[in-house]
Amino acid sequence: MQKIFSRPKSLRDAVTHYCAGCGHGTAHRLVAEVVDELGIREKVIGIAPVGCAVVAYDYWNFDCSEAAHGRALAVATAIKRVRPQNIVFTYQGDGDLAAIGTNETIHAANRGENLTVVFINNAVYGMTGGQMAPTTLIGQKTVTTPRGRRPDLEGYPLKISEMLAQLPGVKYIERVSLHAPKEVLKAKQAIKQAFKNQIEGVGFSLVEVLSPCPTYWGMSPQASLDWLSRVMVKEFPLGRIK
Amino acid sequence: MSKKVLMSGNEAIAQGAIDAGCRFYAGYPITPQNELPAYMAAHMPEAGGVFIQSESEISAINMVFGGSAAGVRAMTSSSSPGISLKQEGISYIAGAQLPAVIVNIMRGGPGLGNILPSQSDYFQATRGGGHGDYRSIVLAPSSVQEAYDLMSPSFEMADKYRMPVIILGDGMLGQMMEPVSIHRKKQVRVPKEWELSGCKGRRPRIAKSFYLKDGDLEKANIALQKKYRLIEHKEQRYEGLFLEGAKIIVVAYGTMARIARSAVRRLRAEGKKAGLLRPITLWPFPKDIIQRLTDQNKQPVILVVEMSCGQMAEDVCLAAGGRTKVDFLGRSGGGIPTEEDIIKRVSRLCR
Repeated sequence: MQKIFSRPKSLRDAVTHYCAGCGHGTAHRLVAEVVDELGIREKVIGIAPVGCAVVAYDYWNFDCSEAAHGRALAVATAIKRVRPQNIVFTYQGDGDLAAIGTNETIHAANRGENLTVVFINNAVYGMTGGQMAPTTLIGQKTVTTPRGRRPDLEGYPLKISEMLAQLPGVKYIERVSLHAPKEVLKAKQAIKQAFKNQIEGVGFSLVEVLSPCPTYWGMSPQASLDWLSRVMVKEFPLGRIK
Repeated sequence: MSKKVLMSGNEAIAQGAIDAGCRFYAGYPITPQNELPAYMAAHMPEAGGVFIQSESEISAINMVFGGSAAGVRAMTSSSSPGISLKQEGISYIAGAQLPAVIVNIMRGGPGLGNILPSQSDYFQATRGGGHGDYRSIVLAPSSVQEAYDLMSPSFEMADKYRMPVIILGDGMLGQMMEPVSIHRKKQVRVPKEWELSGCKGRRPRIAKSFYLKDGDLEKANIALQKKYRLIEHKEQRYEGLFLEGAKIIVVAYGTMARIARSAVRRLRAEGKKAGLLRPITLWPFPKDIIQRLTDQNKQPVILVVEMSCGQMAEDVCLAAGGRTKVDFLGRSGGGIPTEEDIIKRVSRLCR
């Protein structure tokens, strides 16, 4: 019998700690599949963020480093500069990449570091209990915006991908979503492109992945995917940004 | 190869690091240590290493985390306010058991303080500084030559014990120029058994300080403490002058020890039984010698002199354990006790 589906070699046989309907599991798998398909498992070094994906290295079966909250791109910069022959990527959430780590993000991008960034945007802080993220939508209720995010008090959803696209050092930015199988396949292609860019020495490449968080959106997994596809993609339009 | 060059303390530290095999440096401008990154920018690429001017102190220390995790000898430098910003990263480096060298050319604080020499970051350096149960080895050079010479043992200890090593100097040492004898050894990078290099032909490695499972962190911390006890036992360093039989012992480190040395020599010339103890490691603090002198010299008077309001004085008191009188003389905010200040105080103590 022909085997047509199995766990990628870059993914460990581990029990997930993620909530039901969370997008991280899918995103982790996409990274693992891409690493396998590009044949780079033995030279890839992943940087895990602080947030729900802090133990991403418990799932990935290749070398990984932790980074302090927001500092993944500083750690990645150094590893890549020291070991240009390795393939270095960061996997960061919206709080990590677009709030506490904004400085590291902008400057690594502006230096044009030859790195791959997988940026998970789920519009909320998950690990700490559902607080407002920089990407939280206007009106979205979180534990720190109990009446919904108000622009006069809390500002607007931060479009960091569009901001980064302005920098000459940035070579590739695409926004994808995990709300339907077709979109997941597109997400995989974008992640693959971002890794290929690094292999070819193109430069700073980032994929923003819109991802569901049923637990802190207060919805069922199915309702989360619906909300993602109907509401969140309106604020964060999908497609190639740069 | 050995040659003599006139250089500032900041430059000597940079050259010493390169000669010790440091191949990664990241830093952010702050006075009075700016000559150090400038020297690195000029000379690190020639040595085949990486120099990065980072966007912040925070970024610099996290780059050091990355460079070290990737297996090279990595260093950053700054001055007091910038070192405060690095504390989180230093804590992560200690937790992940990565080697790193961090240079603090101290200036006056608290806050923005001023840019004059000071020794008021002693507590921060010797007590860990960031969050968590950890220590850093702290070395305090008192001349430009010693600043150069200590870089090699700093990187060796950082590698051996897999932990941060802090070079604690001050603005005077950083700016002062002295002739330095340069001695280069050929450095061969030895791959480390924990470095991140891609998992070719081996199991994946993880650089981390996160232990979520109940009990795991305590186990990791006990392992750290065991390492620290070993270091306390093996690595205490100091220099002594006229210590045998001294009835008054001046304890000072770094720039302050240079002034104290002149004072002690003058006191000796006046016939007073004064001696100088200059700690070179501030952690581990050279407490054994203080305990020994306290007993052997039959309760000598100890005078601690610092460019601070009294920080190392606490370690001296702990070492003396109440068995002898410990006095303190210090100035802060850029003020420096003079030879005369020390002589006057010693004369009063001898009365």
